[in-house]
Amino acid sequence: MKRVVLALVLALCGFLNVTGLDGRALAEDMVAEQAKAPAAPVAPLRVPGATDDRDLPWASDGEANVPYVFHDPAHEGRMTGFEYDLMQAISARMGRHGRFVQNGWDGLIPGLSRDLYALVIDGIEMTPEHKAAVLFSRPYYVTVDRIVLRKNETGLDTLEALKGHVVGTIKSTAAERLLLDHDPTNVRSYDEETNLFSDLKNGRLDAILIDEPIALYYLADDLKLVGPPIGRVAYGIAFPKNNPGLRDAVDSVLGDLMNDGTLHQILARWNLWTPQMADYTGDQTLLDIKPTAWADYRQTMERMSGSSVKAMVHRYVSFLPLVLSGALMTLGVSALAMVLAVAVGLILALARAYGMAPLRWLAGLYVEVVRGTPLLIQVLFIFYGLPAFGLRLSPFAAGVLSLGLNYAAYEAENYRAGLMSVPRGQMEAAIALNMTHMQALRLVIVPQAFRTVVPVMTNDFIALLKDSSLVSVITLTELSQTYIRLSSTYYDYIGTGLMIGLAYLLVGLPFVRLARMAEKRMGRVVAKGHH
Amino acid sequence: MLRATDIAKSFGGNEILRGISLDVERGELISIIGPSGCGKSTFLRCLNFLEHPDAGEVRVEDVTVTSTGQWNRTDEARAHRLRGHVGMVFQSFNLFPHRTVLENVMLAPMQVKRMDEGRAHKIASELLEKVGLVAVKNRYPDRLSGGQQQRAAIARALAMKPSVMLYDEPTSALDPELSEEVLSVMRALDAEGMTQLVVTHDMRFARAASDRVLFMEAGQIVESGDPDVMFANPREPGTRRFLRTLL
Ligand SMILES: Nc1ncnc2c1ncn2[C@@H]1O[C@H](COP(=O)(O)OP(=O)(O)OP(=O)(O)O)[C@@H](O)[C@H]1O
Ligand SMILES: [Mg+2]
Repeated sequence: MKRVVLALVLALCGFLNVTGLDGRALAEDMVAEQAKAPAAPVAPLRVPGATDDRDLPWASDGEANVPYVFHDPAHEGRMTGFEYDLMQAISARMGRHGRFVQNGWDGLIPGLSRDLYALVIDGIEMTPEHKAAVLFSRPYYVTVDRIVLRKNETGLDTLEALKGHVVGTIKSTAAERLLLDHDPTNVRSYDEETNLFSDLKNGRLDAILIDEPIALYYLADDLKLVGPPIGRVAYGIAFPKNNPGLRDAVDSVLGDLMNDGTLHQILARWNLWTPQMADYTGDQTLLDIKPTAWADYRQTMERMSGSSVKAMVHRYVSFLPLVLSGALMTLGVSALAMVLAVAVGLILALARAYGMAPLRWLAGLYVEVVRGTPLLIQVLFIFYGLPAFGLRLSPFAAGVLSLGLNYAAYEAENYRAGLMSVPRGQMEAAIALNMTHMQALRLVIVPQAFRTVVPVMTNDFIALLKDSSLVSVITLTELSQTYIRLSSTYYDYIGTGLMIGLAYLLVGLPFVRLARMAEKRMGRVVAKGHH
Repeated sequence: MLRATDIAKSFGGNEILRGISLDVERGELISIIGPSGCGKSTFLRCLNFLEHPDAGEVRVEDVTVTSTGQWNRTDEARAHRLRGHVGMVFQSFNLFPHRTVLENVMLAPMQVKRMDEGRAHKIASELLEKVGLVAVKNRYPDRLSGGQQQRAAIARALAMKPSVMLYDEPTSALDPELSEEVLSVMRALDAEGMTQLVVTHDMRFARAASDRVLFMEAGQIVESGDPDVMFANPREPGTRRFLRTLL
């Protein structure tokens, strides 16, 4: 599903955007050449998304993205990871403050073309398809694919040996392409590392082929790395096509960090300095650096994901602030969207029931189009599509607007049913009392329609509360996103699921009660009609 | 004070009203009788333009609305002015269920005439007193009997100070005792000099209370006159046939 979203986003951007101003795709060695050239005085850098001239906003998907960029399990609210450390080093070297911007994997590249931030770093492989969409830095990390097996398994240590066995990997990666070329029928592709590794553990998979850093960090006690390295994967930092200036500046800093050993140190702390990196950088020195970051991570995870009561209590208590902020986001987006839906829905319903012909027709078209297309598309369209028409909305505003406008179509139908349920005699009595049409609608018809509509509307709000999970695709961390993040960080789907489920219920509870009350009153109104 | 001239109305090619003219004197109580489907309700609804006549003219007090078949904004504005002089009571009461009896009566004066709440409240209370509903003024319509609801509807219409009241079968939905509550209110209004036009199937009321009876058949007024004369000695064969089937 995640990848489908990415495809949608890219299609949308491709459709709406004038293609990159600078279409030249540079060969890697050419890039290297440029970096070696002495730094000439350059024009001031264009840094999209920067709030001031020291700011360097960079984006990554920090949800369950170990060891690249992820939420530090030891300090909630703090980010860490080897890419995070690298970006800190790059920013400092450029005299800027690196500022991490969270965005979902699928939104990373579209956000780049929306100028939400200056660059993206997220283990993005420098494949030809990717090169067509963005400008890459020189590789900052080269690695290989590795085979992971259950401890008790033997023999399956080469691609050849894997033939006929069910092998899992992550979608749209070099590893996936290797497997597909080799034995396409037995490949299982996953969106996320956590699910991938649990399926190997529980026997749904026979093996995993995956980038070495991931293999290293997700390897549990009952799993093992086997066989020689396979293939070669290079990660690059992505820039928008129209910003070669910034790319060149970052490339030159990257070159410095490789030459002076800074990159080596960072990677060594994460236990990620490898023979491949030594070959790539030509840095064959052996630094005496303890893999402290790696050790810290392993330790914390052991402590946090333990199943002792103490570990669990510790874990769930540490989740509370995140769940609370997720719940507030869910409630905020949903409540504002519902207010919008109720207001716009009423206007649409009145236009349809009492408007002039073209107005009636337009309102009808709106309702049909909105109800006939997926909410997900609407969310993406409003956030990534509308900027092409000059309307740039913050993620929150876009989330409220798309949910609100979507539910407005349903509320309009709801109201229409309500309006039609008001007997004709009511309008006639009002007109006979010398009210205008507008007065009759406002004072007599709409209030009665409203009463029959409220219970349905309340149920719609509960539905909206759940649908609000879709705004996570435009970088809003609401309850569902919080669940995905927490559960996949700690492999704990049940406990976290109960917590998040409870949060949804608590947020929705007042509205369920409201619906009950409204239904009771509605019962009375209906009774009136039967007298 | 109310004059209708050559009112004609068709529904989908069927001529329902075939040029009806009527002159109403101030203070008159006129009953309109006739077989079902002859156009009585349609005629009444044309008088306050709930139905737009295809042709004809209606004048009430100083407002004249002439209908040519095309209904436009100016016509609607005039009709709106005319309705200020005309009250209407329906067979099915049509009280506003989401408002109390008192609020039903106060709503139009406050919203249409921009009357302040105090004055509207005073007028409404007097009217409710008159129709005998003071005790239930704070109830919602669904807690009232049919007779009470119809009396509330009369009070609601009266609150706009109309110079003529139109009733379309005001008691057809009511039991005999409840009808009587409503009819006695109408008689009291007659005694005060209110002008009233009543479409009714209640021949006893038509005969005893009206100043004049109109007999309609097939979209026309066939016979009109003093109730006692007409009921005792109908001139037209249609009237005779109609009255015979009832008696
Ligand atoms: N809106 C309408 N559309 C089509 N036909 C209508 C409409 N209103 C009334 N009619 C028809 O016009 C004719 C006269 O109707 P109207 O209600 O005026 O009769 P009535 O004399 O009041 O009858 P009743 O005593 O049953 O109330 C009937 O045949 C009716 O079907
Ligand atoms: Mg009728």
